[in-house]
Amino acid sequence: MGYNCVVCVKQVPDTKRITGEAMTEEGTVNRAALPAVFNPEDLYALEQALAVRDAHGGTVTLLTMGLPAASEVLRDGLYRGADRAILVTDRRAAASDTLATSYILSCAVKKLDPDIVFCGRQAIDGDTAQVGPQLAEKLDMTQITYLEELISLEDKTIRIRRNVGNGYEVVQAELPVLVTVMETANEPRPPAAKKMMKFKKAFSPAEVAGKAEHLLEGDYENYTAELKAAEVDKYCGKLQGKGLLIEQWNLDDIEADLTWCGMKGSPTKVHKIQSVVLTGGQHKQIEPTDEGVATLVAELIEEHTIG
Amino acid sequence: MIEVNRQGEVWVFAEAEDGKLSDVPLELMSKGKSLAEKLSVPLAAVLPGKGVRPLADKLVAHGADKVYLVEDDKLSHYQTSGYAKVVCGLISEHKPQVVMYGATPIGRDLAPSVASAMKCGLTADCTDLQIGDHTEPVSKTEHKNLLFQIRPAFGGNIIATIVNYDRWPQMATVREGVMPMTEPDESRKGEIIDCTAKLDGLTLPLEIIESHRREKAVNLKAARIIVAGGAGVGSRENFKLIWDLAGCLGAEVGGSRAAVDLGYVNSDHQVGQTGTTVRPALYIACGISGAVQHRAGMAESAKIIAINTDADAPIFGVAHYGIVGDLNEVLPKMIKAVRTGAKG
Repeated sequence: MGYNCVVCVKQVPDTKRITGEAMTEEGTVNRAALPAVFNPEDLYALEQALAVRDAHGGTVTLLTMGLPAASEVLRDGLYRGADRAILVTDRRAAASDTLATSYILSCAVKKLDPDIVFCGRQAIDGDTAQVGPQLAEKLDMTQITYLEELISLEDKTIRIRRNVGNGYEVVQAELPVLVTVMETANEPRPPAAKKMMKFKKAFSPAEVAGKAEHLLEGDYENYTAELKAAEVDKYCGKLQGKGLLIEQWNLDDIEADLTWCGMKGSPTKVHKIQSVVLTGGQHKQIEPTDEGVATLVAELIEEHTIG
Repeated sequence: MIEVNRQGEVWVFAEAEDGKLSDVPLELMSKGKSLAEKLSVPLAAVLPGKGVRPLADKLVAHGADKVYLVEDDKLSHYQTSGYAKVVCGLISEHKPQVVMYGATPIGRDLAPSVASAMKCGLTADCTDLQIGDHTEPVSKTEHKNLLFQIRPAFGGNIIATIVNYDRWPQMATVREGVMPMTEPDESRKGEIIDCTAKLDGLTLPLEIIESHRREKAVNLKAARIIVAGGAGVGSRENFKLIWDLAGCLGAEVGGSRAAVDLGYVNSDHQVGQTGTTVRPALYIACGISGAVQHRAGMAESAKIIAINTDADAPIFGVAHYGIVGDLNEVLPKMIKAVRTGAKG
């Protein structure tokens, strides 16, 4: 039997490549100055879902919440073999913390009614690892964190080996389940050249509107707002016909209760942000010579740090 | 979600496995005690499990004024649903103002599930907690005595202080090893409260087929001296120098994430954000450039010696002594000096 899998992915700033230029004068991180990437651990979640589909049939649907630019990670997922991609984007979702984010994602996942939801264990911008478990709770799905190996999937029963830090556990559960995936689980497949050729022309409606001047023909500059919207719709219709439309949902489409979305739905607030400043140059320089090293060691013995 | 309750207690989730308490809840007791004192409320531990009653006294000795003990067959082995249900039930009943969990695999599995069910806030992986006041930026409403939840974000490049003033309890997971554990006081008295789990109707969704846990081969947290190597060591063979120096100092061996990823040393030895946080009397960093993730796990060491060929390596920023040189030459000199010094 086939399984319908949903993979939750996130576009994140590449925090591994933070440089001085990415910091503002106030010491906060300027997200715009960082390259945006596919959250690394989400790639393992995607691979796990693709492996399930390849072995048993079914579908893999990518789901992300973010700005229209997050369509980029959806395209990347399509290059790697996902069947469908959905962008949840809405200004009213801005400033959502993990609780509000998991609520919004849960509204979207409910519309998809999957057998298995895969999430990366955590995202490199926040490292919270909270959205997966919170989403499981909101969906009332069985939560299985830290997947290291999907041992078997037979009918409605899944068996998983999970990494519990100081060892491992093999657990079995009935579907539906939500699983968070570790980077040790698999080797994500690279984007396929043929799919790249096809899906590099896939766009979400927000992207089409954003780059209308490049995509639409005619005297675009002089269009009225209505005409512009109609042209965007027409273009999206064409994309859909070719299987190249990245679906886009707003909070109304997923019937989200605004009380639980965005700033209002987020109990955690930022009180203060400080940048980490290295207080360099305070150390005592020791020469890499026999003498230098011997003096240092003697000093440490003298003060009983060693010996 | 519960309302703001200024009389609410400060709670620590007492994670236990195989009849033994983990280190983190004990580390959290000393922090919890100072927070509870500032707020003039009791400090309580929540202890779910099966056969865990003997652990309650230990929690009292480490500072708990109360222990909410929940014994049930369904709690014999950790799984999310049963534990989350118990913790949520207790929160709804007793309305604590602060709930802390260790940022362990279990704490990071449980706390978000509880936060979601309670519709309250949660800050992950805190490295410090304080009590302070917060003013809302737009309305200028002031909130006194909130839990400041302090944590690194953006890969350790910023430190964020998070507050949660309307939907309580204020919850945080706290990174292992960052709060020093205080000595237990066996003469302390505390109240042990038997609670019922109320899990009668619940069928646990997970069947646990196998469970393998092992103690870590090294105890870095307890080490007085740590000699650690990074990518700059160059090979597993060269790493022998690290072991040799550690051997003659009676030290433990640590490694950066790069050294672990390169296979120079196994992950039990990893120091840093994803490994162990350490605060030894002496930390000798050899060929470690000092990425923020590594510094986060060792910067609190009392004395730090950094050995690196690159004079601009960030590790020198946290070091007390810096040796710019090739560790293949410096380490044998150091081993010789220690051996001679120890004899003299």
